[in-house]
Formats: sequence, C-alpha cells, structure tokens
Amino acid sequence: MLYIRCPYCEEYRPEIEFRHAGEAHIVRPTNMAEISADEMEEFLFIRENKRGIIFERWRHIHGCGRFFNCVRDAVTDQIIMTYKSGEPKPSDAEIEKAILALKEEQA
Amino acid sequence: MANPTQATRKLPLDGRLAGGAGVSITPAASMSRVSLRVKDKDVKAVGKALCVALPIKPKTSNMSGDQAGASRSALWIGPDEWLILDGETADISAALAKSKAVMSVVDISHRNTAILLEGKNAVDVLRAGCPQNLNDDVFPVGACSRTILGKAEVVIWRTGAVSYHVECWRSFSGYVFKFMSQAAKGL
Ligand SMILES: [Zn+2]
Repeated sequence: MLYIRCPYCEEYRPEIEFRHAGEAHIVRPTNMAEISADEMEEFLFIRENKRGIIFERWRHIHGCGRFFNCVRDAVTDQIIMTYKSGEPKPSDAEIEKAILALKEEQA
Repeated sequence: MANPTQATRKLPLDGRLAGGAGVSITPAASMSRVSLRVKDKDVKAVGKALCVALPIKPKTSNMSGDQAGASRSALWIGPDEWLILDGETADISAALAKSKAVMSVVDISHRNTAILLEGKNAVDVLRAGCPQNLNDDVFPVGACSRTILGKAEVVIWRTGAVSYHVECWRSFSGYVFKFMSQAAKGL
C-alpha cells in the first residue's frame, strides 16, 4: 500500500482514501473549436506513460476531496513528492533533492 | 392509507443498540447538518454569521458551546469545505443567510445519520476498519476527518477522551452499524 502525503491535509494518509486521476500538467487548449482532430486526440488520449519519473494527479476522494499532483517513480512505485494543483511542475533539481531526502530517511 | 400530515420521521438506526467490552454503540439523535463551501476571503465573516468560527487547520473543529451535539459545531472537511452540526430544531441556513458572502449551503440533515461510540475501547472499534492513525498525538479530542470505515465513507469526530461521533450517509448506515457491532464483539 502507498502512503501518500496530501498537501491539503498536510499529512500522510493511506492509499485507500485516494483515487488516481491520470497524468498531470496536461494543458487544455484554449482554442478548442479551431484545433484539428489529431490535436484533439493528442489532448484527450495521448499520454507519456514513461518508465521512470512521472507526474500524475491524485484525488483525496475519501478525505478532503481535493485533486493534487504527485511525482512518482513508475519503476519502484515510490512517491517522491506531492504538491497542490496549480503549483508549477517541480524542476529536475527539486526532484533530485526530494529523492536524496527519501534515501536519507530510509537509511 | 397513512395520513402524510401526521407522519413522523424515523431515523434509519432507530432502536438499535450494540456494544462490547468497554464500548457502547448508539445511534445519535436527529440533528441539523449543513455541508458548507466558502472561499478563503469569506471564512471569517461566515464564521461570525454562524456564531462559530470556521476552523482553517486541517482535521480540527470548533464548537459554540462546550458540549458536542448540544451546541453548534464546525468541522474542517477540506480546504474550503465544512460540516456544520447543530441540534434538531436549529436553523443553520437562516444563520448563514445573515452573511452576504457567496457560498454553497446544502442541507444534509437527513442524508447523514450519526453513531456515537463511548467507552475506553471505543477507538478500537474504529481501528477495526479505519486506515487512519487515531493515536492521541495525531487525533486528539476535537479532531475530525473524513475517511473510510470498512467499505464506507465516514466522518470521525473525537468529542471526548473516550467518545467519538461518527457521521455516515443514511443509506449505508446499517452497514456501518453492523461493522461496528462486529468489531465490538471482538474486543
Ligand atoms: Zn486531503
């Protein structure tokens, strides 16, 4: 089971209270009526599905109800950090730092 | 045919009683409840209209008096969401109407029902199905949170050292009550 820190509740809560909500930082086109079918497909369905560090949305559905973003390692399943929706995507340096902090915690 | 003007409301858990070693499980009396959504900037003013400040710290609650159930209470549910509880005859919406702020007020008095747990082992009944840490250091008296009990969503509110007020939706309150009864048997 994952132990996830909700940035709104400000504490770690068990995975069962949360629901996964797809990839994060997908920008909704502002010119919906003008874009081509291919662009629409890209926006709706095409996802990175990367091996390694991924960005995803979660919702604390059985808690505060809020959506937030999360950085997770798709190989180890480990959650590296969570942050409120609307906050900028963490930089590589920030993620590196968070990984180091996690390693220290586990050592 | 029954005369609807003489109909009396029955609570979903009316007449049920359960418990075990060191815990009693009883359905709470009828209450007024409001699910309230307010924007940050209006939190103070709405609290004033309500006569009880809306708590802004996660997992905390405020009461207008000092007795849970007998006074108006505001429970933090999310960053812009509160559960307001008061006695059966209280008119929470009327109090909120005194504020000019834009807010969402949904009367859920009878969507929810509550179960009261009392006794030194009350917390163990919750622990049987709640994944949250309910230890004193992170869940002191006054703490409240929306979470899970078994398969049902509940709001747990610690009203005293050994007493808990558990809110759940009436349609699955039978399940929650049975779950607690089973847990109490194992104490
Ligand atoms: Zn939360």
